[in-house]
Order: sequence, then structure tokens, then C-alpha cells
Amino acid sequence: MESVILQIAARHMRPLLIILSLVVLYRGHNEPGGGFIGGLMLGAAYILYAMAFGVAKTQNRFVFSPLNLTALGLLIAVVSGIPALFAGDTFMTGEWITLFADTVAELKLGTPLIFDVGVYLAVAGMLMLVMFSIMEE
Amino acid sequence: MNTGLFITLLLFLSFLAPFTRRYLRGAAGWIYAILPLTGFIYYLGLLPAINDGMVILESYRWIDVYGINFSFYIDGFSILFSLIVLGIGTFILIYAGKYMQTYPMQGRFMAYLILFMASMQGVVVSGNLITMFVFWELTSISSYMLIGYYHEKPEARMAALQALLITGFGGLALLGGFILLGIPYGTYELSAILANPDLIKQSPLYLPALILILIGAFTKSAQFPFHFWLPGAMAAPSPVSAFLHSATMVKAGVFLLARLSPVMGGTELWHVLLTLFGGFTMVAGAWLSITQTDLKRILAYTTVSALGTLVLLIGTGTQYAMNAAIIFLLVHALYKGTLFLMAGNIEKVSGTRDINMLGGLYKSMPVAAIIMTLALVSMAGIPPMLGFIGKELIYESAVFAPTAKYLILIAAFFTNTVLVFLSLRLSLDIFWGDRPQYGKRPYEPYFALLVGPFLLMLGGLLLGLFPKILAEPLTASAITSISPGHDAVGLKLWHGINTALLLSIMTLIAGIMAYKYKVAFIAYSGGVNVRYFAREFAKGFASGMDAFLLYTKNQTKRIQHGYHRYYLMTVFAVASVLVWVMIWRTDPIVLELNFADMPLNLVAVLVLIVAAALSAVVSHSRVIALIAMGVIGFGITIIFIAYSGVDLAITMVMVEVLMVILAVAVLYHLPKYQKYSETGDRMRDGLVAALVGSFMMVLVLQAGTSQLGVPISDFFKETSYTEAFGRNIVNVILVDYRALDTLGEITVIAIAALGIFSMIKLTKKVKS
Repeated sequence: MESVILQIAARHMRPLLIILSLVVLYRGHNEPGGGFIGGLMLGAAYILYAMAFGVAKTQNRFVFSPLNLTALGLLIAVVSGIPALFAGDTFMTGEWITLFADTVAELKLGTPLIFDVGVYLAVAGMLMLVMFSIMEE
Repeated sequence: MNTGLFITLLLFLSFLAPFTRRYLRGAAGWIYAILPLTGFIYYLGLLPAINDGMVILESYRWIDVYGINFSFYIDGFSILFSLIVLGIGTFILIYAGKYMQTYPMQGRFMAYLILFMASMQGVVVSGNLITMFVFWELTSISSYMLIGYYHEKPEARMAALQALLITGFGGLALLGGFILLGIPYGTYELSAILANPDLIKQSPLYLPALILILIGAFTKSAQFPFHFWLPGAMAAPSPVSAFLHSATMVKAGVFLLARLSPVMGGTELWHVLLTLFGGFTMVAGAWLSITQTDLKRILAYTTVSALGTLVLLIGTGTQYAMNAAIIFLLVHALYKGTLFLMAGNIEKVSGTRDINMLGGLYKSMPVAAIIMTLALVSMAGIPPMLGFIGKELIYESAVFAPTAKYLILIAAFFTNTVLVFLSLRLSLDIFWGDRPQYGKRPYEPYFALLVGPFLLMLGGLLLGLFPKILAEPLTASAITSISPGHDAVGLKLWHGINTALLLSIMTLIAGIMAYKYKVAFIAYSGGVNVRYFAREFAKGFASGMDAFLLYTKNQTKRIQHGYHRYYLMTVFAVASVLVWVMIWRTDPIVLELNFADMPLNLVAVLVLIVAAALSAVVSHSRVIALIAMGVIGFGITIIFIAYSGVDLAITMVMVEVLMVILAVAVLYHLPKYQKYSETGDRMRDGLVAALVGSFMMVLVLQAGTSQLGVPISDFFKETSYTEAFGRNIVNVILVDYRALDTLGEITVIAIAALGIFSMIKLTKKVKS
């Protein structure tokens, strides 16, 4: 199934969807969004591409394996729970630091954000893993 | 130094062994032996204080709430056992270092051997039933590794598996027994239980606890009808056999019975069961050893017999019997350790273990011959070895047994006669007499292979020669700690002329007579065995295991049928029925549907959803059904948005889109509907669907009215921003409050994805 329309759409949609997924991931803490939805979007970006160009071409062009992505996501999620142990709290307690306090660029960073990144990657990875496997059939 | 540290060090040494063995070369055994020797000296140093009545308690917190701790309880009995385990263990390590020199994987072997020692040491000093159970299971696991050391031999694997299954089964029973025993006390601490021994006997839990604990002890100590794993376990290398038979593993069951005898013992049932099983095992073990020709197998059956004797004595429970049990335990450990190590030596230098193929070895190995003969003198119960005192005590306790006196006397007489017979046979037939042609030239074993057997034999000799000075201090407090209220009887070689002495003399004569007519004796018992005991227990066990495997296979096939639709149906039906029961039993069901304040556009969406659901059910095409499902999904999304569940709505949209993509990828491969369901099937499916649908409905409606506790949502609302710095409560719950749940969920989906991936990829590979 070769469709020029789909191919051109997919080519331009991919970066847009990736950016959108990152936005959704980041704003998830205060507004609707988060790692899970973001991960689905990220996965969708590549699945759309694979539908237009085929799985083999997609995987050749973007050198990462969905399997490793899933594993990486899980690893990040688990590791994000460890800083709490050093702070004397139980595993997975949220720990926060504030950068540029009391300025315009005040930024609060915490382990839940890292955890969310892990969820984001794991969800996207597993989605691609399943979809690519089935689409290759 | 203390016990917890010592056991940790032993475990650490076991961990280090595989990495250090190759650098230590021939010295490995000697160097590893330093640690158990240190422990031996440490516990020996504690002995005077323990004899003055001191009990050492040591405890490390584990699970306080359930009364489970890593506790150690050290009294005279623990000390005696520790000395046996560590003393023999020291020699075993020295011996194994040399003996195993030509074998592969020595580092690993040493590691298992030290682990075996550490776990047995853990059992004998445990002060908490659960701690004891942990070490108890560790002995089973490490012995499994050791028995199966020659893993390329099927019979070694079989023997190892058999030992593991039987002792593992017993271990499970034991855990049950321990838990029941702990219930009346509210704790598993041994000190608390020993302080109030009668509590369990008044409890209705006594009977089940007793039976389970006995199963655990009997399987471990190879009592009839579980005795057959022990002769099989001689498939292990000789140092392992020597350790397993003399000090560890099989003695754990006896240890447990003796340790708990103040608590569980003293009842009619305890007395009857232990006497019966112990007595029968004692006779059966002796009887079965007569016809054996494999040196190690003969010794293995005498171990079975000795274990039966110990159980019998503990079951008899009188003052004499308890004394006899402790002394005989020590006697047996000393001579059996020596004999198994010597059996390994004989095999090593002559190339065979078959007693009919051996003879005249005295000329080649005089030192070894003398050591082994003296150990056999101890086994036969002849003065001046400690074995004589042990046997005298056994006879005396039989004479003073409260019940079944004559039966026990006859059994003990027979068993000891067989032991005399075997002692004569193992010394005279191996070291003297005709010298057959050996495959290689026999030679005197190396020093490292003789020092252990020699010192163990010497121990038996010295303890026998100086019972007042040496044996009594060693055993007195052990006896009082397992039979409170009884004193140790004085030990001496010469008791004067009494019944026991007369019995000893008769035993000796009978044994010599049996040896004189050994051909007839062996042929006779062989004939009886063929006629009555043709079927070996081990074979019966093996075929039983096969039948069990077949049964489980069929069972699994029935439950795991592989039809996805039936799995789903099972999950749905079970879940909804369970929830229905819960709803039914808690609150009155309030079915209050209120459409009044619902906007009209949402009502329209609802109608659309219902219509789509109906069309999905009746449709004859997959595509139409799929589209209808999509309509339902998007309808629900709209409802989420209307009630400001934006996160849910976004997720729902994404899921719906992906469902469509997935379906497109799959649809192409599916065959057309070829066969429609029968009416009966549809009725069943409809019923399940109605059950699930109705339970969801009632659940949702009830959720609004039933109040089971303070809702947690208020807490989330209040703290979401102040403590977790997020305004999106849903997300804060996901990544902060319930982060561990989320971690579990993404792990699950990752595993599911892996499953799909490997299912598709791997089947493809098999095809091509």
C-alpha cells in the first residue's frame, strides 16, 4: 500500500507529533497531559510513518529498537525512585529541587518528572513493539 | 565473635570459594578449614559457662509484627551439635581439598560444601522457628547441589532430585507445623516456647502441629517410609556423604525432635509414633544393609538404622533413653564420619567400592586399616571405644522402657548384632584375607586424607577411655537441655555385671556367629528380600513422580486450553460474579437514575452509544462492528469531556485511534466469518455480557452512594499542589502518590508487549 499523500503527511506529521508529545509530557504536571498520553503520541508518530513507508524502512531510518526503548523507559522509571532512598525517604518518594528561585525563570524539577519520562518512553516503546510486530506479519 | 557474625562469615566464605580456589591450589582445603576450626574453638570455649547453666540469646530484627526474628539460642544441646558440625566440617574441608583435586568445578563444590555447613550450623543454633526453617531449607538446597555434583550422570541427578523432593515436601509440612506451633504462643521465639512447654499440649492445634512437624523431621532424617532417599544420596562424592551422614542434613531431623521434645513430647501419641517409626526404621535399615555389596551403600543403610535408633530413643523419653540418644548421636557422628571418609580413600586407592572385590589391603595401607578398624570397633560397640558406652546405654534404656520393653529389646539386639556382623565384614574382608587383582596398585592415602578420619576415631577412643573427664562435660548440659528435670547419668566403661553387659556379650557372640556363617546368612536375607521386598521404594517413588507429572500435564491442558475467548469469558464471569456477591452483601442496592439535570446533547450521545452497541452485536461484518465500537469509544470520550475528565478523554482518543490502526493491521489477515455461533452459544455469551454490564452499572451507581471510608480524593485535592507541586491531580496521582502502582503497570504492559513480540517473531523463525 503505497500512498503519496499518506507518505508526505507522515513525513511532516512525525516531527510535529514528537514535539506535541513532548509538550504534553511536560505540561502534564499542571495541565491535562502526562507521560502516558505523551508516550501514546510519540508511538503514533512512528506508527503513522511505518504505515506509509513500511516497518523495515522506518526502522532503518530511525536507529533505535522499540525493545530497547521500552527497557530504557522502565530503567529510568525505576532509577527515578532511588534518590529518595538517599534522602532517607521510602523508595519512590518525590524529591524536588528549585532552580532560579524567585525569578521569572523559576523552575521546579523533581523525580516525578524523571519518572514520567520513563513512563513516556516505556509506553511509546511497547506500543511500537506491538504494532511493528503485527504490521510486519 | 558471636553466632550471627560467625554464620555470616561462613556464608561469605562459601561465596568467596569459587573465586579463590584456583589461586590457593592444594592448600585450599586447609585454608577454608580455618574458619570452622575457629568456630569449633569458640564454642568449645563457651562450654564451661554453658555447663554452669548459661543460655546465650542473640536476636536480629526481621519481621517484628509476626514474631519472626533472626534469633539464635545457644544452650548445651546447640553447643554439642555445633561442635559436631564444625569439628567434622573442618576435617571434611581438609579432606575434600585433597580428595577432589582431580575433579572439575572444585571451587563450586567447595562453595556448596561450606554453604551446607553454614546452613546446618544455622539450624542447630536457631532461636526462632522461622529462622530454623530458613536454614533447614538451605540444607536441603545445598545437599541437592552436592548430591547432584556428578551432574552428567543420570542416577546422580535422579538421587539429587529425589532427596530434594522428599526433604522439600517435608520442609513444607514443617513450615505448617511451625506456624501452628507458634499460634498459641503468639511468637516463634524458641526461648518463649521452651519456657512454657505445656501450652501447646492443651491446645487443639497440638495434633496437626505434631503430625506436620513429624513429617518434616522424618523426611529429613530418612525414617521409614521416607528412608530410600538416603542410600540414593551416596551418589555424592565421599566427603559429602561423610558430612551428610555424620553431622549434617539427616541429623537435622533428629536435632529437631530432640530440641522440641520438652514441648511436643511427653504425650502418649508422641511416644507411640516415635517408638513405632524409629524402631521399625532401625530394624529395616539394619536388615537391608546385610545384602548390600557397595561399601558406601552398606554404610548408608547403617545410617538409616542409626537414625531409627535415635528417633526410638527420643520417643522413649526416659532419663536413660535421653542419655543414650545424646551419647549415641556423638558416637555415630564420630565413627560414621571416619567410615565414609575411609570408604572414599579405599575407592581412591583401589578403584572399587564393591566389598566382594576387595581384600588384603592391610599390606598396602596399614595406617588406614588401623584407623578404619578402630572406627568399626566403635560401631560394633566394643570397649574401649565410646561406642561401647553408647550401646550399653541403649540396652539399659530398652530394659527400662515404659512400654513394649521386650519388642524394643529384641529390635535393639538384632540391630546391634547386624552392626557387629558388618564391622567384622568391613574390616576383615577389606583389609585381610585373599588379595584380589586390583586395577591399580593400592597405596597409603595422603596425609590430608587420613588426618580427619584419624582424629575423629581418636575422639571416639579418648571419649571412651576417659568418660568422666571428657565425655561427661561435653554431653551433660546437652542432656539436661533436651530433657529438663533429668540429670545426666554418670558415664563409665565398666558398669559391673548387669543385664546390659550380658546383652552386649550375647550380641558379640551372635555377630561373630553371623560372620562365621556369612554366606548362608547373606543368602538367607537376600532370599527374604527377593520374596517380600522385591519392589524398591526408590523405583516406586520414581514411577509415582511420573504418574504425578502426567496428571498435572492433563490438568494443565484442561485449564490452559489456549482459546482466548474462553479465557476472556472466564475472567469476565468470575470477576463480575465476585463483585456481585460483594455488592449484594454490603449495602442495599440503590438504583437511582436521574436524567433530569443532564444536558440534552449528552442524552443524544448516550442514545448514539446504545445504538452503536446494538449494531456491533448484530452486525455480520467485522468492519462494521469495529466502527460501531469506535463510535462507542468516542461517545464515551465526549462524556468525559462534558464532566471535565480531560486527561481521560485524551487517553481515550489515543486508545481509540490506536485500536483502529491495530485492527487495520490485523483485519487483513483474518478469515471471513465462516461459521456463526449456535443459539446456545449466543445465549451463554449474552448471559456473560449481561452479567458484566449489569455489575459495572450497579458498581458505578453504588459508588455514588456507598461510603466505605473517608474518601481519599479530598486529601489529593488539598496536597496535590502544596506537597507534590502539581495542579493536575490525575497526573500527580500517577507519578507521585501512586508511582509504585504505575511502575507496576508499565512493567506489566512491557512484559505483555514482549510476549506479543516474541510470539510473532519467534513463531515466524520456527516456520522459516
